[in-house]
Amino acid sequence: MQFPAKMIHSLFLVNSSGDIFLEKHWKSVVSRSVCDYFFEAQERASEPENVPPVIPTPHHYLISVLRHRIYFVAVIQSEVPPLFVIEFLHRVVDTFQDYFGVCTEAAIKDNVVVVYELLEEMLDNGFPLATESNILKELIKPPTILRTVVNTITGSTNVGEQLPTGQLSVVPWRRTGVKYTNNEAYFDVVEEIDAIIDKSGSTITAEIQGVIDACVKLTGMPDLTLSFMNPRLLDDVSFHPCVRFKRWEAERILSFIPPDGNFRLLSYHVSCQNLVAIPVYVKHNITFREGSSQGRFELTLGPKQTMGKGLEAVLISSQLPRGVLNTNLNPSQGTYNFDPVTKLLSWDVGKINPQKLPSLKGSMSLQAGASKPDENPTINIQFKIQQSALSGLKVNRLDMYGEKYKPFKGIKYMTKAGKFQVRT
Amino acid sequence: MSASSAFNDEKGGSSNVGEPEYGHDPASGGIFSSDYKRHDDLKEMLDSNKDSLKLEAMKRIVAMIARGKNASDLFPAVVKNVACKNIEVKKLVYVYLVRYAEEQQDLALLSISTFQRGLKDPNQLIRASALRVLSSIRVTIIVPIMMLAIKEAASDMSPYVRKTAAHAIPKLYSLDPEQKDCLIEVIEKLLADKTTLVAGSVVMAFEEVCPERIDLIHKNYRKLCNLLIDVEEWGQVVIINMLTRYARTQFLNPNMNESLLEEGGGEKAFYGSDNDDDTDDEEDKEEKEKKKTEATAIVKRKPYVMDPDHRLLLRNTKPLLQSRNAAVVMAVAQLYFHLAPKAEVGVIAKALVRLMRSHSEVQYVVLQNVATMSIKRRGMFEPYLKSFYIRSTDPTQIKVLKLEVLTNLANETNISTILREFQTYIKSNDKDFVAATIQAIGRCATNIGEVRDTCLNGLVQLLSNRDELVVAESVVVIKKLLQMQPEQHSDIIKHMAKLTDNIQVPMARASILWLIGEYCEHVPKIAPDVLRKMAKTFTNEEDIVKLQIINLAAKLYLTNSKQTKLLTQYVLNLAKYDQNYDIRDRARFIRQLIVPTDKSGALSKYAKKLFLALKPAPVLESPFKDRDHFQLGSLSHLLNAKAGGYQVLPDWPEAAPDPSVRNVEVPEWTKCSSREKRKEKKADKPFYSDSEGESGPTESADSASDTASGSESGSGSEESGSGSESEESNEDSESASEEDEEEEGKKKKKNVEKIKARKPVPESESEPSSGEEVKKSEKKSKPRIGSSESESEEDEDSESESSESEEEESEEESEEETKKKKKTTASKPPSKPPKKENKKEKKEMSLLDFDDFDPAPSPSQVTPLNNFLSSSLVTDLEGLSLTDNVLSPTTIVPSGNLKTYELLHRITGEGLSVEYCFSRQPFSPDPHMVAVKIQFTNSATSEAKSLHVEDAKLQSGMRIKEFPEIEVLPAGETVSVVMGIDFCDSTQAANFQLCTHTRKFFVSIQPPVGELMMPIFMTENEFKKEQETLLQSLGQLMGMNEITEKLTLEEKCQGEHAVVQRVTTAANLSRVPCGSDKECSPPVPPPPFPIHRFAGKTVTSGSLVLVSVVTKEDGAAQLTVNCEKMVIGTMLVKDILQALTQ
Repeated sequence: MQFPAKMIHSLFLVNSSGDIFLEKHWKSVVSRSVCDYFFEAQERASEPENVPPVIPTPHHYLISVLRHRIYFVAVIQSEVPPLFVIEFLHRVVDTFQDYFGVCTEAAIKDNVVVVYELLEEMLDNGFPLATESNILKELIKPPTILRTVVNTITGSTNVGEQLPTGQLSVVPWRRTGVKYTNNEAYFDVVEEIDAIIDKSGSTITAEIQGVIDACVKLTGMPDLTLSFMNPRLLDDVSFHPCVRFKRWEAERILSFIPPDGNFRLLSYHVSCQNLVAIPVYVKHNITFREGSSQGRFELTLGPKQTMGKGLEAVLISSQLPRGVLNTNLNPSQGTYNFDPVTKLLSWDVGKINPQKLPSLKGSMSLQAGASKPDENPTINIQFKIQQSALSGLKVNRLDMYGEKYKPFKGIKYMTKAGKFQVRT
Repeated sequence: MSASSAFNDEKGGSSNVGEPEYGHDPASGGIFSSDYKRHDDLKEMLDSNKDSLKLEAMKRIVAMIARGKNASDLFPAVVKNVACKNIEVKKLVYVYLVRYAEEQQDLALLSISTFQRGLKDPNQLIRASALRVLSSIRVTIIVPIMMLAIKEAASDMSPYVRKTAAHAIPKLYSLDPEQKDCLIEVIEKLLADKTTLVAGSVVMAFEEVCPERIDLIHKNYRKLCNLLIDVEEWGQVVIINMLTRYARTQFLNPNMNESLLEEGGGEKAFYGSDNDDDTDDEEDKEEKEKKKTEATAIVKRKPYVMDPDHRLLLRNTKPLLQSRNAAVVMAVAQLYFHLAPKAEVGVIAKALVRLMRSHSEVQYVVLQNVATMSIKRRGMFEPYLKSFYIRSTDPTQIKVLKLEVLTNLANETNISTILREFQTYIKSNDKDFVAATIQAIGRCATNIGEVRDTCLNGLVQLLSNRDELVVAESVVVIKKLLQMQPEQHSDIIKHMAKLTDNIQVPMARASILWLIGEYCEHVPKIAPDVLRKMAKTFTNEEDIVKLQIINLAAKLYLTNSKQTKLLTQYVLNLAKYDQNYDIRDRARFIRQLIVPTDKSGALSKYAKKLFLALKPAPVLESPFKDRDHFQLGSLSHLLNAKAGGYQVLPDWPEAAPDPSVRNVEVPEWTKCSSREKRKEKKADKPFYSDSEGESGPTESADSASDTASGSESGSGSEESGSGSESEESNEDSESASEEDEEEEGKKKKKNVEKIKARKPVPESESEPSSGEEVKKSEKKSKPRIGSSESESEEDEDSESESSESEEEESEEESEEETKKKKKTTASKPPSKPPKKENKKEKKEMSLLDFDDFDPAPSPSQVTPLNNFLSSSLVTDLEGLSLTDNVLSPTTIVPSGNLKTYELLHRITGEGLSVEYCFSRQPFSPDPHMVAVKIQFTNSATSEAKSLHVEDAKLQSGMRIKEFPEIEVLPAGETVSVVMGIDFCDSTQAANFQLCTHTRKFFVSIQPPVGELMMPIFMTENEFKKEQETLLQSLGQLMGMNEITEKLTLEEKCQGEHAVVQRVTTAANLSRVPCGSDKECSPPVPPPPFPIHRFAGKTVTSGSLVLVSVVTKEDGAAQLTVNCEKMVIGTMLVKDILQALTQ
């Protein structure tokens, strides 16, 4: 038997209310009705994110990703690595986001022609063709307000006039002939700390994931090297394809010809538990008494091991048990909000002042007669620490070769909470 | 559904009318209004002369297509614009064409000529785009045109067009499968393409058209492995998946012994299902041990050596674990899982754990695969246990999968932590997840005997949980656990009997009733009471509960009829009139079976046996067990069902297929497979040893035997490679074929011409005699490609044999030219015993000639030091050639072991990549220089001009002999040159600038210490003597020039030839043949402590370097290095140590 149609056959975009608002076929047309299987699965799933990413149907397989409350449903006909499709769909979403700033239904509908042109270039016969944003931008210019206006007046196009030479070059991620008057290269070291803290305040698991996002606007074909003070910290790294792997292996130096514009140079992982300093602590006292329709709720936050930097943009959220009808809480600072329908409590704390620790105290009213909830809510914390990378990673120096000018270089550090949970 | 979505479309369309985002589109008001009259103005716009109107129309049409509207009636109007000048209009017309051409085949033909014109365009991008659209139009009539276009494009100059051709292949194939054979030809051609751009696409075409033609891969295997890292991400995934399948058919299972164990384990589990679990483990161990001994026996019989190509694949894919693309990481992970030795699979765990931080869909797929892997290789993920801990914010499907992994990872040591985690999970809000957790606890309890009681107690506690679902799930799990050892737990059964009053979940009630019925003998008092209660509520129960009530009644009737007879009859009567026919049937059946009547058949005798038979405990096992027969990472694996087009991952072959199929032939060279040739060589040996018999009968025996062992081990190293790093596989094979060539070359000289033509020899000095030059070039160019010493020696032999006479003639002419060189050469062998000194002086004349002919003191020339004693030049040379012939194969061929170093990366070099290696050939213009072979590859699109060396910054004393300027290096071409560097016997780097017509690159070459010497030949006695002299000469200070190190040889390198190979790879030395008794033939047991000796001298100063390795049992060994130059000695010891122990 023959299965000629591998890879991605068609793509449907489905919004949260279950409408197909865009379809694209790379081979023969597949009827929309194939999505019925997807809608079935969608109905069965309790939460939007519980729709299985891979759904088999009698003649096709549906592989979908959910981003920005839009399902991107790819139709395939035969064996293909599911991650291949998933990764590609995410790349499509990233590209849309890159082009339109946001990836919403409205944005896609507004730019439907550009979307179509992009999809046409990204896949050929269902096989990825050009996924590098630098190449795509050469082919199809991202819409800007100015260009839209100009296009309307002059009737010019948003399709690149010159041919995409990037596809031919040995550095496919960088477009050629880049020119800037101000040559600058910015690197943001952003670390996210994922942790589970148990009831008693001890760390169950903690790890740091970092990324180095770059914004490089340099003329010509610069060759950059970035070295760290303490590269040994990096436990597990993954690179943008531009990074020379051998050089890293041998010298722990990042050597690369950067793509033009924004890109993620590197993501890394620091897992050694004792290396991970937990920057915040939570004192909590959440109790429900049997037989009483009242519950106590007390929460105090405090900084811990922040290396002298302040905790900012602190946001607490917690899913309270279903039995909780309402809350009557007093924040010492910031604002709090409780949604009686979703039972979601959120408290926007803001900055933590070490002299005056923020707290949230009060009572919860429970459903009368209902038994006491047997679980205590988990507290999710978000925060930011500016100008510091929690792992202590430091960039040593950045050098540029291959071009004559002197670029402006900047490096910024930031720590954020990733999935930071406190069990109570 | 489609109707309703269409309706939604309408809504969406109308709501968009006149919205500002369409402001630039003056006529957008009606885009989505599906008013077909509107199409008339679209047609009008398309027919107009203004590009802007056309564009507007096309945009609206494309928007219609995007919404799934039918726009096919516009086809004639649109297709006219296919040749439009405006690029965007053109592109949108293409979009339209590809969408509707299938439906309007005849009209679509109108556009074909435009594309055919495009195929001839001088711009590669236009050619490519024309081919792309042409092949995307699914119109059967144009199949021949497409075929032609693809064929043409496949040999296009531009790799981008060739890539497009590769993309077009599957399109044509799906249009017309009849074209398969023709397409396979194209694929075969494109597979041979050397550019990274094409590789991914053509493998994709291969996978779609002819995945079964694995034979097409052979010749391209090594190239694909080497290109892999530079291929674009999507291509990497396809190539890795394909290579996994390939490797499964071509190599041996690296876990041969281990897989035996596994099979044993698998069988065990199958039969063990009805065994009691406690004894299970012990039995398991015993059986494993048995298997182990069996396995080791097998291993002893057939030692496993990994094919170097297998290693190449593993090595070249490993860096891709660092890819940002999850699909690439997964592909590498599955490759390692399916192909790597058990000890190496662990490296993928970290990368997979990293992927778990990606999007939830990625997590979902990765966790499925981790779940499967963690069953087979639990140890791999154990260190990352905590990464699988569950967060309350995870989606349920992720939670359940993580739970699965945690359960698989549970063992005696970590079970307590895992159970503590589970305890938290049970309190979750998410009830599906809680149920899954309870199941998981049940599985942990079955798998780990130690915690069974703890788990059981925990689950019993859950029975008092307020949530009914939790209780019900616990009951079901407890039921399964109790089945394993019911005797000890009658109190739990009692406890559960009480629960029947409270629990309403039917499945749980049914489970309790079944338990009580099954073990009614353990709870003789309670059981009838439960039945009584149940009889009361019978009519209100769910069907599954009713069935179990009947079941319970029957069982009690059989064991305790006195108390329960009436109850049973009551229940059966109730059931007789139940609404459900299953229940009525069951009641009738059971009544017949258990209640003795005169009519009751023969079966009632067996009623007790039927009902109260011992039932096997259910096996709680992972749903991911045995899923690994699907290739991991595949769709089929995820669904646990074969998806269409899935290529089964073959089992390992019993015996490895011929590895030589992967050798790449060198065009216009002999087509003989290297294997055959090698055999021939062996056959040749007697001839050489015979001839040698004339010159030195005593030695001949030694050397003959050496020859045998040498060449055997040589071939061994090539085929099985004992893990040594063969960097350039191409070179590997080349050298192999060259070896063969040389044999022939002795007789036929015409190859000389070929070689010359093939390798433009960059020698700067032009020699007067053309005949000589030809020969010389043969000498120099050949070894440059080839890598082995023995090769060069052979080469030299053949030369000296055939050209003696000429040498004599040319002697005088070229004398002057080479005088300088001679002197240095002549003074070179300081190793010579002093008494020979005079003779050497005399000999200088003869040496001169020799130098003239080939001024470099190549190994073979230096080798016959002893021959300098003879007075006549002719006899001298004769002797030389004869001895050499025999001796040459004694050194192991380190072919393919030439390590290549990167001088300039292609990215830094803007498309120009430069690699260098130490060719270990004498550098002819100056014997005191180390020959460095430099290979330029121009992967840029334009040609590179005037490549030359400039501005060398050298340490004092160091000298450099530049290669002649390369005038033009066309795009995609590769050229090799040789330059000489005198490193002054130091490992200081030589820095210089590499210049093209546009750029200059700073580069540096740093020699490993092993390359600072050249081999010389010695006999064992000479070696010993030299060693002694060396020791005494320098003030009798031991340790001054002798360094001894003890070491333990790595397992793989305990074999004799492995040692020799590693040493010769690490340093450019030649082997000193040892006593004849030692290695004549395999049957003779090896001597207790074989000593391997190697000799050489430093290139610049000619200081002797003597190395000996004494191997003892258990891999212990002692390495001794004697060298006047202490620094060299110390460094050499370090390098050799590393080579031997790595």
